[in-house]
Amino acid sequence: MGIDRRKFLTIAGLTAAAAIGKKTLGDSLTADTRELLPKDESLVGKRWAMIFDIKKCLHKDGCTVCMDACHQIHNVPDFGNKKDEVKWIWKEPFEHALPDNESPYLEEEFKDKPVIVMCNHCDNPPCVRVCPTQATWKREDGIVMMDMHRCIGCRYCVAGCPYGSRSFNWRDPRPFIKNENPEYPTRERGVVEKCDFCAERLAFGLQPRCVEVCPEKALKFGDLEDPESEVRQILHDNFAIRRKPGLGTNPQVYYLV
Amino acid sequence: MYDAWKIIGGIIIFLVLITGPTWYDMASGKADYKPNPKIVTTEKNCVMPTEYMKESHMKLLDEWRNSVVRDGKRIFTSFDGKQYNMSLVNTCMKCHPNKSEFCDECHNYSAVGQPDCWNCHIEPEETK
Repeated sequence: MGIDRRKFLTIAGLTAAAAIGKKTLGDSLTADTRELLPKDESLVGKRWAMIFDIKKCLHKDGCTVCMDACHQIHNVPDFGNKKDEVKWIWKEPFEHALPDNESPYLEEEFKDKPVIVMCNHCDNPPCVRVCPTQATWKREDGIVMMDMHRCIGCRYCVAGCPYGSRSFNWRDPRPFIKNENPEYPTRERGVVEKCDFCAERLAFGLQPRCVEVCPEKALKFGDLEDPESEVRQILHDNFAIRRKPGLGTNPQVYYLV
Repeated sequence: MYDAWKIIGGIIIFLVLITGPTWYDMASGKADYKPNPKIVTTEKNCVMPTEYMKESHMKLLDEWRNSVVRDGKRIFTSFDGKQYNMSLVNTCMKCHPNKSEFCDECHNYSAVGQPDCWNCHIEPEETK
């Protein structure tokens, strides 16, 4: 004797109701205790960008304050040779950094002069396209972010980046970090690293470290989607150039000359 | 059975050798050893109830990692309503700076001795 139609439907209905009830109850319990709240004082932007004033920077000859400060707080190792070099922000001669902007008269003034360069946080980042593990991706606020936990060290991004902004850790960086910042992780051998616009500082309402420490205030950081922002004003009032714009990467580090 | 005493003798020797370490551990009391992670903090509560932390701290750390790195969300509201910065070194290790007595105690016992967190995250210096 099987069960009749009425009994079957009753049991099926009750089971379904119990399952749904349990699921929603469970969800609300976890949501209750584990809810993530956005931090009030964090800097939130829609299109972060950096503006770099070359003339202001050149006021101070041989200044490396921004580079030193960045590399110190981010535990960037110094291997002491070019081959293994790891860098987040560094200097390139003008004609290397901005090769598309040739003009014999401009070069007279800027030739061989150092220009500060870093990751351009491109709107169309080639490094992101080639990453096979999505260890690097573009955040909604425009920052091209790295997830060291996912990086498998294939170095496609190093090949993909036309600005040389990515460094590979050929060796264990730990022994080569002077003055370690214990609050920020180091990297390990076999991962790629680069500037991330100080995402960890923005989350707590702080400007990127290089902007903060520059003695000439040659670096400005802000949200280009915000029409009232300082960076928008600067770009409105001044002529700015970018590195290799012809490649279509739409870099978001602007240079005032 | 030919050479029965050789075969049986061999089996006995084999069994003694293979189970020897277990008998030795039981005799020396090592088998009864239970890890006892030392808690040095004066805080009353962790970010989640102790039972949950014992069982699932690795899941919590995974969630924290993904939330911070992938979603940029860094604030965790604990089960008792407090807010914490989701950070292994800057939050967990502030209460548990004794990695060798706290983390390693169980991790060594359960033979998951070397989680690769510490390849990059800097463990607090322990004063002995």
